[in-house]
Amino acid sequence: MDRRAFLTRSLALGCSLAASPLVTPVALAQGPWDARLVVIVLRGGLDGLDVIRPIGDPDLARLRPRLMETAGLGLNDAWALHPGLSGLRPLWDAGQFGALHATSSPYRGPRSHFDAQDVLEAGTFPAGESRSGWLNRMLGIVPGMTAETAYSVGYEQMKILSGTNPYLQWSPRSELDLSPQSRRLLDLILHDDPIFRDAALRAVDIADTLFTEATSDAEDAGADGEMGMMMAPAPTRGHAGVAAFAAQRLRAETRIASFSLHGWDTHSRQDIQLNGALENLAETILTLRDGLGPVWDRTAVLCMTEFGRTAHENGTLGTDHGTGGAMLFAGGALRGGQVLGRWPGLAEADLFDRRDLMPTSDVRAAAGRVMQDLFGLSRGDIEDTIFPGLDMTDAPRLAV
Amino acid sequence: MTIPFDPTLAAFRFGVGLGPSAPGPASVQAMIASLSGPDLAAERYPIAGMEETDPSMAEFRFAAAARRAARGTPEVEELRKKEGEFRQAMNVTRRNDHLRTIARAVTTDDGLRERLTLFWADHFAVRAKTFAFRSMIAPYVTDAIRPHVVGRFSDMVVAATLHPAMLHYLDQWVSVGPNSTVGQKRGFGLNENLARELLELHLFGADGPFTQRDVTELAELLTGVTYDFRQGFAYRTDRAEPGAEVVMGRRYSAEADLQTVKSALVDLATRPEVADHIASKLVVHFVSDLPDPTLVASLAGVFRETGGDLLAVTQAMVSHPAAWIVHRSKVRRPDLFVMASLRALGVDGDDILNMRPADYRDWMVRPLQVMGQPYQAPSGPDGWPEDAESWITPQGLAGRINWAMGAPRVMVDPLPDPRDFVQTALGPEAPAEVTFAASSAETRSEGIGLVLTSPAFQRI
Repeated sequence: MDRRAFLTRSLALGCSLAASPLVTPVALAQGPWDARLVVIVLRGGLDGLDVIRPIGDPDLARLRPRLMETAGLGLNDAWALHPGLSGLRPLWDAGQFGALHATSSPYRGPRSHFDAQDVLEAGTFPAGESRSGWLNRMLGIVPGMTAETAYSVGYEQMKILSGTNPYLQWSPRSELDLSPQSRRLLDLILHDDPIFRDAALRAVDIADTLFTEATSDAEDAGADGEMGMMMAPAPTRGHAGVAAFAAQRLRAETRIASFSLHGWDTHSRQDIQLNGALENLAETILTLRDGLGPVWDRTAVLCMTEFGRTAHENGTLGTDHGTGGAMLFAGGALRGGQVLGRWPGLAEADLFDRRDLMPTSDVRAAAGRVMQDLFGLSRGDIEDTIFPGLDMTDAPRLAV
Repeated sequence: MTIPFDPTLAAFRFGVGLGPSAPGPASVQAMIASLSGPDLAAERYPIAGMEETDPSMAEFRFAAAARRAARGTPEVEELRKKEGEFRQAMNVTRRNDHLRTIARAVTTDDGLRERLTLFWADHFAVRAKTFAFRSMIAPYVTDAIRPHVVGRFSDMVVAATLHPAMLHYLDQWVSVGPNSTVGQKRGFGLNENLARELLELHLFGADGPFTQRDVTELAELLTGVTYDFRQGFAYRTDRAEPGAEVVMGRRYSAEADLQTVKSALVDLATRPEVADHIASKLVVHFVSDLPDPTLVASLAGVFRETGGDLLAVTQAMVSHPAAWIVHRSKVRRPDLFVMASLRALGVDGDDILNMRPADYRDWMVRPLQVMGQPYQAPSGPDGWPEDAESWITPQGLAGRINWAMGAPRVMVDPLPDPRDFVQTALGPEAPAEVTFAASSAETRSEGIGLVLTSPAFQRI
């Protein structure tokens, strides 16, 4: 619509709010598939050796005498789970939570967070090779994508989703509470500037959906009497708020969501720091499961980090930046209850640079295989476009 | 070709915007005259450098160390309280420095200086990686950036590269020459982070004429440079890699001393290839994401001819007709959007300084985060994005709208009449639809908010 027509219509209809695009929710296309993918970037470098502990490896106790003082939850003869993730034990038992171990991105530089996160999120190597993220390039492969298909949740810039293909970013803490008159006038002043107009349309739409859902949840609660009273309201703050919002979008048109969790850079007092961060992660995954309801069965959650940490504990009861680590995964669409990956061993000669867990797989291959299995993407698209140069020959199969 | 000078465009593109008593600069000559004169805004609202910042980092670190040492003794509670007081005092210092930065922009007659400071602080972006450094980022700008925005580029390179805030952010403080005394004795090694970003981001651009070998050689050259929280900057010969280094074809002295490092930095900063990178970044920041090649070439030429005289380069930019294209394709960054809004509202500088802590949190810290620019926390050493699309996202715009509708009434009482405010904020050629919206809003707050939200206000 050109500006003249827009103004004419506004004047002709006076205050008829229905005529204003900022008042009428936009119809959104359905996503191209039914499966959901959530990628959680664990920023700071998750210590895979402490989270999924190789208790069957004779060198573990030698490398980490003090960190191993807190007992883990035995999963089987070979592996134990860090107690901070005890909340996920039922998911493990149900085959909905597992790990790929001794894996990493192809980054082998001087263990810099900045570069390693760049490689992990760009999905290309070396650092700085691509300005777009791999999830964004994936969006470009499949026709029928809309901005609503993919969500970056929270305030943080997620490189993994950035690029030329449209996606949305929103934080559950954002609100947009405008009077009808303000909406109409906003529409008027933003109309001729496409970037502003489109952003406002989306913002109003998201805010309205949240408002509608909150209202209908409250009404449901009222109608259900005691049942409703007992239901805890969806969290709106912090990591759980992010997860609840992501789940809410994923139950609608959204198929891909990504966000970050922090607190993994455990150089000292890892016993305390990591425990807190893992409890947050467990709560995040459980909030996703609860919020997704029946959709959880078609969901894959991948928790990826920029690098693992040193095999040796350091002098301040922590670990330093390393190489190989673990990717955690959850969701009804994946085969949990197992630790995948080829174990390289922890003897000094088996370590990378004689200090870090040796990666025996490229974490991108596992992610690529999940997209192949869940979304039906071709191996060629994954190896050429999403992760250029990747060889998926030995990629582990995570999907059910 | 004459320059089509327009005071409104000058205030938007090269300043902090218009205000009730700030109708925009009279001419390019007037802009350059202000910039060549004393830094009046900094005199009016001083922000201490790192050495003068109170509490000092050393005081805080000693307090924290004392508390740790007393673990398990009866004194620990008292020491914990003491440490907490330091933390609180550092938070107050950081808030005050932020508010002074805003007050400068809101009240200045020399808006270009504020914009240049924002630009160069972003070019040499740092971020606090520990609590102790959080209150040292504004002091870093005082020390290393602001004095040089109309000085020599090479001086800024030396000051920024050797500042503790940079040494900490880009890990130089842990970099040790592998063959130095300390490296041999303790097995420490190189960290290339600062060397890489110096070449890639600060000097030559990602496509610059350097290789990984140059990065490593420069990292070796920088060894010895570190900082110590007791005395700040330090040069330690026992950490310096012995021998001469060759960076980008030039061999630098084998003397392991600070002078070698400084002269190598000056030498790198005055190489001709730097000019293109800096010229392009300036034009992208101030004029357009698709920079006019003739404008870039002109700035690069002046940069080379003057050996990186930034006053001359800035003057070349604002004197060039291509810098005055009427189409405004850039948008104000969130920090600039907030500053320009308060300026348009005529907020008194002292009222900004006296903002209640709760208002500061609710109307500065949190909204900036929602708008996509958490205070002093760019996601990487490449600083904040330049393109409008990165800022005007659904969430970013929602943050701007909410701020525009809510913050003015907290900061100004009474609010101006929106019908007058259109002219104050947008100048004599305000778009008809914004004028209409301002006069049709149901409340003053909404009228003001609509004007501030309009692309005519946000685009520069």
